[in-house]
Amino acid sequence: MSAKPTTHAEPAFAADEAAVRQALSSTPRPPKASALSAALTFGWRGMLKVKHVPEQLLDVTITPVMFVLMFTYLFGGAVAGSTGEYLDYILPGILVMSVLFTTVYSGVAVNTDLTKGVVDRFRSLPIWRPAPLVGSLLGDSVRYVVAGTVIIVLGVILGYRPGAGVVGAVAALALVVVFAFGLSWVFTTLGLLLRSPNAVMNAGFMGIFPLTFLSNVFVDPATLPAALEAFVHVNPISILATASRGLMEGTAEAADIAIVLAVAAALTIVFAPLTTRLYRKA
Amino acid sequence: MTHSPLAIEATGLVKSYGETRAVDGVDLAVRRGSVYGVLGPNGAGKTTTIRMLATLIRPDAGSARVMGHDIVDEADAVRAAVSLTGQLASVDEDLTGRENLTLLGRLLGLKRPAAKARAAELLDAFGLAEAAGRLVKHYSGGMRRRLDIAASIVVTPELMFLDEPTTGLDPRSRNQVWEIIRAMVAEGTTILLCTQYLEEADQLADGIAVIDHGRVIAEGTPGQLKASVGSGALHVRLLHPDQRPEAEQVLGRELGAVVLEPDPAALSVVCSDADRGAVAIAELARSGVRIADFSLGQSSLDEVFLALTGRPAEAVPGEPDRIEEEHAS
Ligand SMILES: Nc1ncnc2c1ncn2[C@@H]1O[C@H](COP(=O)(O)OP(=O)(O)O)[C@@H](O)[C@H]1O
Ligand SMILES: [Mg+2]
Repeated sequence: MSAKPTTHAEPAFAADEAAVRQALSSTPRPPKASALSAALTFGWRGMLKVKHVPEQLLDVTITPVMFVLMFTYLFGGAVAGSTGEYLDYILPGILVMSVLFTTVYSGVAVNTDLTKGVVDRFRSLPIWRPAPLVGSLLGDSVRYVVAGTVIIVLGVILGYRPGAGVVGAVAALALVVVFAFGLSWVFTTLGLLLRSPNAVMNAGFMGIFPLTFLSNVFVDPATLPAALEAFVHVNPISILATASRGLMEGTAEAADIAIVLAVAAALTIVFAPLTTRLYRKA
Repeated sequence: MTHSPLAIEATGLVKSYGETRAVDGVDLAVRRGSVYGVLGPNGAGKTTTIRMLATLIRPDAGSARVMGHDIVDEADAVRAAVSLTGQLASVDEDLTGRENLTLLGRLLGLKRPAAKARAAELLDAFGLAEAAGRLVKHYSGGMRRRLDIAASIVVTPELMFLDEPTTGLDPRSRNQVWEIIRAMVAEGTTILLCTQYLEEADQLADGIAVIDHGRVIAEGTPGQLKASVGSGALHVRLLHPDQRPEAEQVLGRELGAVVLEPDPAALSVVCSDADRGAVAIAELARSGVRIADFSLGQSSLDEVFLALTGRPAEAVPGEPDRIEEEHAS
């Protein structure tokens, strides 16, 4: 979106020396903001942007809705024989896919931000170094929750009934969002390495697309050739999809959940410091 | 906290980008409570110098202490003492003016009500109260700059970096920003001011470093700089602007490098010797150039720059508007 000049008349202003001097002298320096408070403030910044441009939420609502309808009605009959059965299998998968696709936009957002002068100000503040990034990812997590909620609610409207009820659905969503938070550090790193928002988008989807399709999100791996099947089994996205299905149905295995959390933690441990370093030097 | 009388002490700062030595051994000594001007044309290395001093980038060589703290080893302490108004407006275009200031207040450690109150106070003082709820991308260049400066004093800094605060502003907005800077100086804030406008440095700064190609080529008070290139300048205004090239040739031959002034009929040249000035004027008359008036006076910083570098400073006030262009792209 480009900034259109508006017709607001600029209010007349004569610098009021007394007021400026008063403003300069009136604030004692407060104690430094805590790491958490700084990160949450940056999360709030993300929310304000959504408030000013609510259209941003369209990516995270329309696309998942399209995915659910398309997979249920277009492919459902062909792959599983009936739409109802397929919905049971596919809904947690679509939840995983849609939220993970949304993480690419976190990288795009970081890249876009870097072109703005305000980043220099943020980097010159006496705050916890990773705060701008952590905060923006916290803000993005809200988008992930919105996307996930839309999918689950639409599924329920179409007849999906998670075996473990609301608790199961919430647990599955929470697990997906935690994993997405870890994964989004990969894309923020990419966002700081590549030159343009478009390059980040392309590279991001080039990575996330095959990983998602080579998982058990859409198809039962038993039907695949042996080599592919082996990959699908170790693909963390398969394990995430399996764990989410399990949580929805109340049959989750602790090992799967543990692996998902471990992968999310590992991605964060490797890529968060890397992102922070790159951000500092960008 | 060390009690050096200096706010900035830099020695031998170097920063290269590939083949380009953006900053090539800069020394600076800036007293607390003063306005120090770093004057140089576009590409001289002003922004790179500021970015090193504000801890945004590390120098390749050299060292500096800012408010008594080393810019590399004590970067956090430096950040706690300074604020930066960057060359690109360092405010968030996608938020309102009020949100920008509240956000910074929160990041600097103010509680939410205090941050809001501080934002309101600053918006008032900077004449932005009416525009407080509008997105910054709809602000004019002057309003954006004022917000930018307000953002730098949400918590009063000990030292403020101002990188080309009036580039791209119309004369009225430029005056408003100058008034704000003067008020800050009156309050005792130390300011490092980068500018390509000779007039701006002359008007605001107590001390000036002229930099070119990443090096300080001259340093001193505006008065010392003028004195160092000769006590004065010969100003000539012609009756016919179309005779200026001819006049430039004659004066150049007689006295040295000539400055063409914004007035198309005016030109000036460094000249500390009244007799030689008189000879030059006579020479002009002899060659058929009609003179409207002439005077022998103090040299301006334009002439200083010319005398130091052998070429005029590239940027003059009223040139195409760089800030606006950057925002439009
Ligand atoms: N990030 C960068 N990458 C490559 N070259 C740079 C970078 N920043 C500055 N330069 C180069 O360093 C020189 C000095 O730039 P700068 O400090 O911005 O000058 P000024 O602020 O005086 O206009 C210029 O030649 C510029 O092109
Ligand atoms: Mg610059």
